[in-house]
Amino acid sequence: MRTKILAAALLLSMVGFSSAHAAGEHIEYPDVKWSFEGPFGTFDRAALQRGFQVYKQVCSACHGMKKVHYRNLSALGYNEDEIKTIAAEYQITDGPNDEGDMFDRPGRPSDRFKSPYPNDNAGKFANNGALPPDLSLMIKARKDGADYVHALLTGYETPPEGEELLNGQHWNKYFAGHKIAMAAPLADGAVSYEDGTEGTVEQYALDVTHFLAWAAEPEMEKRKQTGIKVILFLVVFAGLMYAVKRKIWSKVH
Amino acid sequence: MASGPRQKFDNPVIEWVDSRLPIFTLMNKEYGVFPTPRNFNYFWNFGAIAMVMLVTMIVTGITLAMHYNTSTAGAFDSVERIMRDVNSGWLIRYLHMNGASFFFIAVYIHIFRGMYYGSYKKPRELLWMLGVLIFLLMMATAFMGYVLPWGQMSFWGATVITNLFSAIPLVGDSIVTFLWGGFSVDNPTLTRFFALHYLLPFVIVGVVFLHVWALHVTGSNNPLGIDVKGPQDTLPFHPYYTMKDMFGILVFLIVYVAFVFFMPNALGHPDNYIPANPMVTPAHIVPEWYFLPFYAILRAITFDIGIPFTDIVFIEAKLGGVLAMFGSIAMLFILPFLDTHPIRSATFRPWYRIALFGFVVVFLILGVCGSKPAEGFWVPLSQLCTLLYFAFFVVAIPFFNKKEPVAELPPSIHQAVLTSQPVAAE
Repeated sequence: MRTKILAAALLLSMVGFSSAHAAGEHIEYPDVKWSFEGPFGTFDRAALQRGFQVYKQVCSACHGMKKVHYRNLSALGYNEDEIKTIAAEYQITDGPNDEGDMFDRPGRPSDRFKSPYPNDNAGKFANNGALPPDLSLMIKARKDGADYVHALLTGYETPPEGEELLNGQHWNKYFAGHKIAMAAPLADGAVSYEDGTEGTVEQYALDVTHFLAWAAEPEMEKRKQTGIKVILFLVVFAGLMYAVKRKIWSKVH
Repeated sequence: MASGPRQKFDNPVIEWVDSRLPIFTLMNKEYGVFPTPRNFNYFWNFGAIAMVMLVTMIVTGITLAMHYNTSTAGAFDSVERIMRDVNSGWLIRYLHMNGASFFFIAVYIHIFRGMYYGSYKKPRELLWMLGVLIFLLMMATAFMGYVLPWGQMSFWGATVITNLFSAIPLVGDSIVTFLWGGFSVDNPTLTRFFALHYLLPFVIVGVVFLHVWALHVTGSNNPLGIDVKGPQDTLPFHPYYTMKDMFGILVFLIVYVAFVFFMPNALGHPDNYIPANPMVTPAHIVPEWYFLPFYAILRAITFDIGIPFTDIVFIEAKLGGVLAMFGSIAMLFILPFLDTHPIRSATFRPWYRIALFGFVVVFLILGVCGSKPAEGFWVPLSQLCTLLYFAFFVVAIPFFNKKEPVAELPPSIHQAVLTSQPVAAE
């Protein structure tokens, strides 16, 4: 018992440490209740598909997702033919061929998501010198990633009085320092959903964050489901071993 | 190792092997009938738990090494490939990543156990010092391992820590260049860190072997801190402590896997999911949580040490911090020689017990200080706690040696077990 309390105290103190990393001004984000939170959390397939649509039609103009392959979209509920169709919408540069030339061909499920820029320098050149970051791991690369990204996408407003914005700067109440190079990417009605869901900035932000959360941790559902089984097994096993231990020790107590 | 008379085994195959290489005799002597004090509490599980974690780290680590790409261009992507495309790769990596944290948790509790019950005292001084050496090797291994994913914290952590060596007078800069294999943390640094990260765990295994060997010469300490007087004070290691360890290990594993499966990144830092970028410094560079108290001591020395009111400086602040950090571990190393009080267990040393709990609190506060930016009131707080950390070793303990009353001890473990169940029965 003492051991357990000690372990719990140690763990608690560590959780305290890791939530204490943020430097500078403290900004509170709205706490969204995501379906993928908690030990039994799962992704919402419909939200993932809508989020993918938002990424495809809006974000992908500037942001790549190099860690994700088209084949991974099966996790969103698309079947093989749909994935082939999605991949084939893109022209992928391949090669060199037998004659030593690079050539373009339609995308295949085994290709990575096509990047908006041929290379990082092209991306910088197109964006005033700042490369729009790859989004594959964005949710894991920020503290409270999902809440942060959702807040950022919905946090654009006109700057308070007395704040000067330079050319190419935008005011976002959730961004550290508030002056962000990315223009407000979402507008009501910018994407028309196939499933009839209303097209609002809030809805787009929720859906695309859901999609990015999946992209950052595609193993999450399997991980949690395996975890439940492993913990159940260990608890039963530990209980059994405790009973055996008691039995053996009863002779000497 | 064992020669002389040997008991025969009934099984002919075992007997054939054992008469040529008495490995079964050895196992039986050291882990079967090995006489172990009968009054251990659950703190005595953490040696076995640390051993399980060491094996876990080596097994998962070797598996990861099969898929890892040791280059600045490929390291980050290869780790993500492990997470996404290698069969159960996410599990292996999260086990390894969180395993490091839980290895340190086990070892910190193990060290605390040793300090509380005086396990470092005669005749176990060398056993203790080998343990501190293992701790030091673990720190080196963990540091280099954290560099391998080549994220932002990997890169900048490596830059900050290797730069410490530049504090050494005259040769510091040359040493840093030598460590880097160049003029900044780059590909040669990564490849040598990988090579050493693969090597050092096996050095740890070697020192653990010596640690356990030394333990089996002196025998274990126990919560009463009194010597074993005869067979009535002990139980055979098997099945009594094999079973008790088994149960303790499983409870520890439950907590460990809860992190692995449900909050695998809670102990890490989000910045390490951003690929290393030498052109962008993170707002706030912090090491892994298990280094934070030592990191706080390192940063606590913000002043040069020299002759007051002159420009003469003997030790610059940076060197002072490095010396304080290594000194804090050196204190643990020489603890057996600092503490000469005749009583081992803090159960019978109320003064020492209070000081030790104070020391633990100071150590935890240092941990919090290490996680904060070195500014504001965190700086004087780290300085105060650093002072208290050292005061525990060089002021409190020598004082107790002279002044703390020598309490009367129970005559034997056996009698203590029979008369006061609550103390003895785990």
